[in-house]
Amino acid sequence: MEQAIQALWMIAIGVGGCVGYFFASNLLIDKVFFPATGPHAGRNITRANLIRPWLFLLPALVALGLYLAYPVFATFWLSLHQQRAGNVSEFVGLANYHHMLAEPKFRESMRNNMLWLVVVPALATLSGLLAAQLTDRIWWGNIAKSLIFMPMAISFVGASVIWKLVYDARPAGQEQIGILNAVYLWFGGTEPQTWLTIPLWNNLFLMIVLIWIQAGFAMVILSAALRAIPEETIEAAILDGANPFQIFFRIKVPQIRGTIIVVWTTITITVLKVFDIVLAMTNGQWETQVLANYMFDKLFRAGDWGVGSASAMVIMLLVTPILIWNVINARREMR
Amino acid sequence: MDNIAGRKPALTWAVHISVVALVLLWVLPTFGLLVSSFRTGDQISSSGWWRALTTQEQQLPPIRLAGDEAEADGTFVIEGALFSNARQVSAWGTSSRAPDAFAPGEVAELADGQTLTVGPTGSFRLTSPVSLEGSRLPRVFATAATPPEFTLRNYRTVLFTPSAGQSIGQAFLNTLTVAIPATIIPILIAAFAAYALAWMDFPGRALLVATVVGLLVVPLQLALIPLLQFHNAIGIGKGYLGIWLAHTGFGLPLAIYLLRNYMVGLPRDIIENARVDGATEFQIFLKIILPLSFPALASFAIFQFLWTWNDLLVALVFLGTGNDQLVLTGTLVNLLGSRGGDWEILATSAFVSIAVPLVVFFAMQRYLVRGLLAGSVK
Repeated sequence: MEQAIQALWMIAIGVGGCVGYFFASNLLIDKVFFPATGPHAGRNITRANLIRPWLFLLPALVALGLYLAYPVFATFWLSLHQQRAGNVSEFVGLANYHHMLAEPKFRESMRNNMLWLVVVPALATLSGLLAAQLTDRIWWGNIAKSLIFMPMAISFVGASVIWKLVYDARPAGQEQIGILNAVYLWFGGTEPQTWLTIPLWNNLFLMIVLIWIQAGFAMVILSAALRAIPEETIEAAILDGANPFQIFFRIKVPQIRGTIIVVWTTITITVLKVFDIVLAMTNGQWETQVLANYMFDKLFRAGDWGVGSASAMVIMLLVTPILIWNVINARREMR
Repeated sequence: MDNIAGRKPALTWAVHISVVALVLLWVLPTFGLLVSSFRTGDQISSSGWWRALTTQEQQLPPIRLAGDEAEADGTFVIEGALFSNARQVSAWGTSSRAPDAFAPGEVAELADGQTLTVGPTGSFRLTSPVSLEGSRLPRVFATAATPPEFTLRNYRTVLFTPSAGQSIGQAFLNTLTVAIPATIIPILIAAFAAYALAWMDFPGRALLVATVVGLLVVPLQLALIPLLQFHNAIGIGKGYLGIWLAHTGFGLPLAIYLLRNYMVGLPRDIIENARVDGATEFQIFLKIILPLSFPALASFAIFQFLWTWNDLLVALVFLGTGNDQLVLTGTLVNLLGSRGGDWEILATSAFVSIAVPLVVFFAMQRYLVRGLLAGSVK
C-alpha cells in the first residue's frame, strides 16, 4: 500500500513537474525576459526562439547525459583504476585489462560471445524471414504471426523457465518430462541427455531461447519489407519463368537487403547484452559464460569494479562499430 | 498476389504445413509450461505435460495409512481411502521390494497378526488384534490409473501462501510499482525533446539527433556502477526513486527517436498555420502535436512497459536483492536456483509473471508492430 502511494506520488510529481517546468519556463521567456511587446518586440521574439528549443530539450539532455553518456566515461575511468581499502582508488593503467585477458573465464566468455554473435542473429533473421515469407501467403497468416511474435512479450527469465522445462532430464528408466528428451528417446536416442551440461552444445541450447524470442521481431519487420516490394518486379520474374525459390532468393531478398541488415544489427546488439538467460539457466557453469554475465559476476559477486568495468568496456567496444554505422545512416537520412 | 500465374496447389499445401510446424514449434514450449502450472507436483514429475489429458497407469509414491480405529469383536479396524480423487488400483503391495504383490481385493497378512486389504477404488481396511493407537501404520505402494486432472491449487499456493522470500504476490506489486512510473515519466520528457528536434530550427540539431541515435545502442551494463555511485552520492541509494530514474534515462533514447520520427511525418501545414495564427510553441505542442502523436506515444509506452516489467538487471542493481525488494524476474531466478525441481511452483510463478505482458501484447499488438517498424534500431 505504502509503495503504491509512493508510486502514485512519483507519477504525479514526474508528470506535474514536467508540465510545470515546460509551462513555467515558456511563460518566463515569453512574458518576463523577452516579451513580444514594446520597442524591441522583433528582437525579443528572435531571442526567445533561439532559447526555446533548449528549454524543450533540457530535461532530456540532462537525463541522457547523466544516465548514458557520463557512465561511458566513468566506466572507462573505473576500468583504469583499482579500488583499495578505505574507498581509495588507485590508477593502475591497463593492469585490469591484462588481468582480465589472462583469466580463462574471460576467454571462455569471449569465445561464447563470438558464437552467440554469429549464430543468434543468423538463425533469428533466417527464421524470421522464413516465417514472414510463409505467413504472407496464407489466409490465417496474421494469427500465425501473432503466435510467433508472442515470445517478444515474455521476459528472458520467463523464457528461461519455459525452456528449462523443455530441456529437463530425468534419470534413464524414469519417464521424461522434458519434451526434448522425450522426442530424443522416441527417435531412438539411447539414454536421456542433460542438455545444459554438454560443453559447447549447451551454448546452442541457450541460444535457441534467444532465437525463439527474437525471431518474431525479425518476422514483423521483414514481413513489412517484403510487402513493400513493388509487384512489377515479381510479375516480371514470373513471366520470365522464375520458380518460387528463384523469386524469393533472386528477386525479393536482394530488394530487402537493407532491412535484413537493420534486423541483423539490432539482434546483434541484443545478443551483446544478453545476461538474464545465462544467469537463469546455467549461471555460466559448464562453459556457458558470456561477457555480460561475467561482468555482473565481477561487479556484484566478486566486487571487483576494475575488472568488471574493463569487461563492460569490451562490450562497449563490440557495440561501437554498430553505433558508428547507425549514426552515419541517421545523418544520411537527415539530409 | 494470391492468384497470379505460376502457383501450384501442392506448394500451397506445403506452405500451410510448414507454417503449422513453425507455429507449433514457437507455441509448444509456452503451452507446456501453462499446462504444467495446472497439474500437481506429482503429476508433473511422473509424466510429460503432453500426456496430461490421458489416463495414466503409474506407480504412486508410498502412502502412509491413516484413519480412526474402531473396535469390533476384539479386533481393531481402520477403514479409509488411499486417495482423495478417483483412481483405479491395479496392484498394490506393502514393501518397496514388491510394490505390486497383491491384486485389488486380496488380503495381505502383515506382521503381528494384522491384515490389510485394498479395494479397486483405493478403499482400505486394516485389522489388528491389538489397538493401533499411537503406533506407526504401514505404508501402501499402489499402482493406479489416474484420470486426467487439473487443479488451481498451485496458483493459490503461489499467490496467497508463499514460503519466505518467494512471495510472488509481493513481487508482483513491486514490479507494478517499478513499471508504471518508469513508463509514464519518460514519455513527457521525450515528447518535448522530440518536438524540438522535429519542428524547431536551431544550430546543432542534426548533431543532437545523431547523438540520440548513437545513445540508442549504448549497453546499459556500462551505466551500473557509475550510476550506483551517483545515486549513493546524492543520497537516494537503492530504491524505487533510483530505479525510476534509471529506467527513465535508459528509455529516453528510444522514446525520443520513435517520437521524433513520427512527429517529422506530421503535415507541415498544420503547424505552420498554427504559428501564423499566433499560437505559441507550447500551445502547438500541447494542442496539436501531442494528440496527433498518440499512436507513437502508445507504441513507446508498450515498449517501455514490457521492457521495465521484464527487466532483471536494472532491478537487481538499483532496487536491491532483499526478499521484499525483488521484482518478479528476480524472484523467478531465485526459485530456479533454490527450487529448481519444484516445477509446479516454478511453472505457476512464471505464468503469473508473464500474464500481464502477454495481455498487454495481445491487446495492443497493433501499436507494438507500428512502433517496431518506426524504430527498428534498438
